[in-house]
Amino acid sequence: MKTTSPRVPSLDILVPYFGSVLLIVGGSFFFPQILGFAYLAQQLQIASFLGLLALGATLVILLGHIDLSVPWVLGGAAILSTSLAGSGDPALIALAIPAALIFGALVGVINGFGVAVLRIPSMVWTLAINAMLLGVAVLNTGGFNPKGEASTTMIWLATAKLAGIPVAFAVWMVFTLAMAVLLKKSGFGRYLSAIGYNEKATFLSGVSTPSVIFAAFAIAGVCSAMGGVLLAGYANQAYQSMGDPFLLPTIAAVVIGGTSILGGRGSLVGTVGGVLFITLLTSILSVMQISDAWRNIIFGVIIIAMLLLQTLRRKAA
Amino acid sequence: MRDFLRSNKREASAFVVLAGLLSLYLWSHPIGPTTYVMTIWANQCLILALAAMAQFFAVIVRGIDLSVGAVMALTNCIASYMVIGSGIEMAFGVVVVIAAGIGCGLLNGLLVVYGRIQPIVATLATASLFVGLALLLRPTPGGQIDYDLADAMTLDVLGMPTALIMTAAIILLIWVPLRRTGLGLGLYAVGSSEQAAFQSGMPVAKIKLASFAMGGFFAGLAGLYFSFVTTTGDAGIGPNFTLNSIAAVVLGGVALRGGIGTLTGAIAGAFILKTIGALMFFSGLPPLAQPFIEGLILAGAIAIGGADILRIKNRLEAFGR
Repeated sequence: MKTTSPRVPSLDILVPYFGSVLLIVGGSFFFPQILGFAYLAQQLQIASFLGLLALGATLVILLGHIDLSVPWVLGGAAILSTSLAGSGDPALIALAIPAALIFGALVGVINGFGVAVLRIPSMVWTLAINAMLLGVAVLNTGGFNPKGEASTTMIWLATAKLAGIPVAFAVWMVFTLAMAVLLKKSGFGRYLSAIGYNEKATFLSGVSTPSVIFAAFAIAGVCSAMGGVLLAGYANQAYQSMGDPFLLPTIAAVVIGGTSILGGRGSLVGTVGGVLFITLLTSILSVMQISDAWRNIIFGVIIIAMLLLQTLRRKAA
Repeated sequence: MRDFLRSNKREASAFVVLAGLLSLYLWSHPIGPTTYVMTIWANQCLILALAAMAQFFAVIVRGIDLSVGAVMALTNCIASYMVIGSGIEMAFGVVVVIAAGIGCGLLNGLLVVYGRIQPIVATLATASLFVGLALLLRPTPGGQIDYDLADAMTLDVLGMPTALIMTAAIILLIWVPLRRTGLGLGLYAVGSSEQAAFQSGMPVAKIKLASFAMGGFFAGLAGLYFSFVTTTGDAGIGPNFTLNSIAAVVLGGVALRGGIGTLTGAIAGAFILKTIGALMFFSGLPPLAQPFIEGLILAGAIAIGGADILRIKNRLEAFGR
């Protein structure tokens, strides 16, 4: 087994950053405004929604699992927070964000229960949970766009700028830093990768593997819920299936960031790079005003190229 | 007979569940068990069953295919241009549609085998590519399929839904013979342990490629059959089918870690999933509650499938699952 020292960032982690720079430089040939501060700051703001989701997804993927319930944890958190914030009662308005985060954690615990206790493949279990959350949302809202609005705090978090830096980006970075400290300084981070490599061996060394799995899914749920809160603040509303377009880019961002989909190996720094890359790619493709069809094709081809590059590098090493 | 049932426990229980659900459906349907009702039911089931077969061939070699729905969308759009006109033109069109499906599957296989990209991410990326191509062909839904051919494929023969006849034909003419060939055995060997298969001198790369190509073949068939049912081309049909095909194979007793399960099981899983949806429709439950109940039943069915975990005596056995 090849060991990668955590102190020296491996090239895999830097690839998405190189890619992002390449996108900015390349894009600026056609659209000079891309190099402007306003455009880049806006990209950071948009990237923070995907970033929070990818942060949680990284944890789960490090475990060797996957969380397909992201779309409706996001949607549910957005619906919950906007309906609390829109209720007009100051106490409920204050509860909007905490309630959404608790909702995310609860769904995460349910996800963890199926995966850790019932030992159902996470891919199917979280898919079923996603379907149930969709059902609850439809039942609650009658299939229409839910009523309610974002609270001023949510709008501030999602859209305000401090000294030109979007607050949403700051939120994303605070979450990422907290997670990085958790992964580096506590046993939890090591257990996470250990389970990703070999769950049986980790269990035999005396680690309570189910609790690690529960915790990872719960944290991932909180991250997705936070993404939902921000997105609801950004749009000033919640709408049906607002999370659906985020699921696949989230996984793509994590994988492009060098995290192995099999678990065990990966980093948060890489994921941040992957998120920036995907956001820039999507944004530049839409600035270019090409058709939806070509946007999909180019998106697919570039992701394949990035993944093949990873393989080539690993073979060379 | 008893041995046969014992060695096909998962499939047998899936079929019992399916039979129960189907009788419940026919009993609760306001028109009752007529050929018409059976035909509509079977058509819907066969579309998902074909998607589940495509998924099966990826899963059996320890992969997963997130591009099933995208390949269906692409082949559906190709069919909406080519499966119309004179008999020869239509035959050519069908061949092109299926070849496109196989081509997509092969591309997935090449990326997985030679590109060494994990199947889940490789097919995630190719799905975007295939949907893009489909959108290129049909930016908005449209086009047409020859009505006579579509009718022939989606109605009934002497009271027997054509879809059921085709399902039986696929099992008897493709799956049963395939299972007895070296390739059929190889699928299970590679899925159970790629390393062991390689060390026994099996052509692992070729088997995986063949498996993905067959997956593409069935995804192409699914797109083609979808075209017969809807007689139009639509690039947006993908996402639902991809996720439901995964749920279907799991319901049918196919293990996502590869090497366990049969095509028949995947078909049964798809039929069960569709029948649950159809049951909802006539169940008298408030329409708004139906998506929730559907999700609940899906989760419940999967949890019951995993319930034998409770019978495990040694906790270490759980990790092999």
